[in-house]
Amino acid sequence: MSQIKIVNLQKSFGDFTAVKNSNLTINDKEFFVLLGPSGCGKTTTLRMIAGLELPTSGEIYLGDEEVGMLRASERDIAFVFQLFALYPHMNVRNNLSFPLKMQGYKKSDIKNRVEEAAKLLRIDHILNSNISSLSGGDRQRVALGRALVRRPKAFLMDEPLGTLDAEFRELMCLELKKLHLDIGATTVYVTHDQLEAMSLADRIAVMDGGEILQADEPNIIYNKPKTKFVASFIGSPGMNFFEVNEGISKDQSFINIEGTKFDIPKQLEESNGSKNFFGIRPENLTLSNSEGLKGSVFGLEYLGSRKIITVKTSFGEIKVKTDISVNVKLNENVQVKPSNNNIIIFDGETDKSLNSEFIK
Amino acid sequence: MDTSRSYLEPSSFSKKMAAAIIIVYAVVTLIPISWMVMTSFKNVDSAISYPPEVLFEPSLEGYVNLFTNRSRQSQEYLDSLPPPENWYEELVRSREMVITGPSKFLGRYSNSMIIGFGSTFASVFLGALAAYAFSRFRVPLKDDLLFFILSTRMFPPIAVAVPIFIMYRKLGLGDTHLGMIILYTVVNLSLAVWLLKGFMDEIPKEYEEAAMIDGYSRLQAFFKVVLPQAMTGIAATAIFCMIFSWNEYAFAVLLTQFNAQTAPPFIPTIIGEGGLDWPAIGAGTTLFLLPVMIFTIILRKHLLRGITFGAVRK
Repeated sequence: MSQIKIVNLQKSFGDFTAVKNSNLTINDKEFFVLLGPSGCGKTTTLRMIAGLELPTSGEIYLGDEEVGMLRASERDIAFVFQLFALYPHMNVRNNLSFPLKMQGYKKSDIKNRVEEAAKLLRIDHILNSNISSLSGGDRQRVALGRALVRRPKAFLMDEPLGTLDAEFRELMCLELKKLHLDIGATTVYVTHDQLEAMSLADRIAVMDGGEILQADEPNIIYNKPKTKFVASFIGSPGMNFFEVNEGISKDQSFINIEGTKFDIPKQLEESNGSKNFFGIRPENLTLSNSEGLKGSVFGLEYLGSRKIITVKTSFGEIKVKTDISVNVKLNENVQVKPSNNNIIIFDGETDKSLNSEFIK
Repeated sequence: MDTSRSYLEPSSFSKKMAAAIIIVYAVVTLIPISWMVMTSFKNVDSAISYPPEVLFEPSLEGYVNLFTNRSRQSQEYLDSLPPPENWYEELVRSREMVITGPSKFLGRYSNSMIIGFGSTFASVFLGALAAYAFSRFRVPLKDDLLFFILSTRMFPPIAVAVPIFIMYRKLGLGDTHLGMIILYTVVNLSLAVWLLKGFMDEIPKEYEEAAMIDGYSRLQAFFKVVLPQAMTGIAATAIFCMIFSWNEYAFAVLLTQFNAQTAPPFIPTIIGEGGLDWPAIGAGTTLFLLPVMIFTIILRKHLLRGITFGAVRK
């Protein structure tokens, strides 16, 4: 098991830069998730760590060793593919022993290790089955098993749950988490699913356009996003933004939107320009009859215990997550106001969040 | 209305029609082949009798004549010989002849085997390597190279017979096994590359990547993971290559005489007394059919079985 460190890593395909000057440190035994929309460079980053792509520039450290230009076979890492890539011409046992055969283990050792891994993943009863007869979940377990038997320095997983149906995905999510707690291996996991990322990760790196925007623990990513993109990408639904056509000065603690005064956390940083954004999560908003932004109910979504109300205002659509007991009808006129002070101001020029009492 | 059957399923009438067409087609195709096999079991007289005999007394004379050289002897000489030691000697003596030695057929047949399987192996092996490279790597001028490879099949190979004849004589490759293997491989290679590239493109590259991460080099991954999955394509390609080099006649006539002559130019030259020995020719052709038939039957399961089915969820 090892720490993984990437330094100024860059990857270009012709004119297109897939990964821009990235720096990351993934700690030993950490479950680290690379999260972002498709095409953001997360898979390319993972494939460079694996050795399936060579970086255009920059370094990758696995433990103390610089491995950036080593072949995949020389790096001692395991990779779980989105489509599993189990060898279809071998049965489960042979799939699991395949990586060990190369390393020249004795037959009895291979057998022991394979059976140990199979037991851990509860696939010992299907060791002699053909791959084509397995269900999606079992294939997933075999793919994990093939990674596990090697006892590699790190596990890399490229959307391994992406092809499973929702029910299985939740189950495998739990199993993965438990497995990680059991064996405590450094794991880098790529996904575009923020719920998966939130539930699995010790730390998450959010990527967009080839850049790492923020790498932090899930609750920090959620509550204290560093950029507007992170704020909108994380959370379901994402954060609401209102355009504010005034500069923000240091120590400011209120803001005027459409003639309504809103309290904001005391600002510790001033904005670059006069166009900024006021960001608030749907659950920090509430409906009111007397104050706040005026609008009409545009959409209602029931989530069981909660309800999402979309309100159309002159600022665009605002999502409000409220208690199920709140009773409004479509097209009803309502007012929206913050229910607490968990408000973030984003600089209109850099898209970065401004430091305040709430987010430092 | 009958609702017991799905609209997508063919009706029993159309199934019967299809079966009938297939049977008629099979009979038409099989008539010449069965006539050939029948001829091989006739004796010299019944083979050329008119009207043709459909029912006849089977004889192994054709096969005996195929494998032996014989000479006609007088009755007195035959009487002076000790009694025949085996059935084929007896058969030959009844025609007032003695066996003077084995014929060249076995040698020609094994030449066909060596050249046929040798060039098939070489075509498939080289074709698989080239197809893999074209399928996976960024090869400069890839499309032009592929078109060039295909263009070698756009003229009939015999069009270049004269230059090849001269080249082979200068290089000392005329009438050699190696020369014929190289020639047939060259002709087959373009087909092999194109066919196999299609199959290689279908194999997801994740398999090799998985193998490389599991500690194998690219070449090892190719042999252990890619080739087994390309088996379907390899089997089909091998059958096509085998059929071509096994049946090839024109170059074999032109470039081989003794050492490396294959069976196709040899069989029609089997001459009996007073004309062609049709039962022997029939026997030679029947035996000549067998290897390709067996080869195809062995590889058939690979042609039909989609071994990669269900391994990747798409």
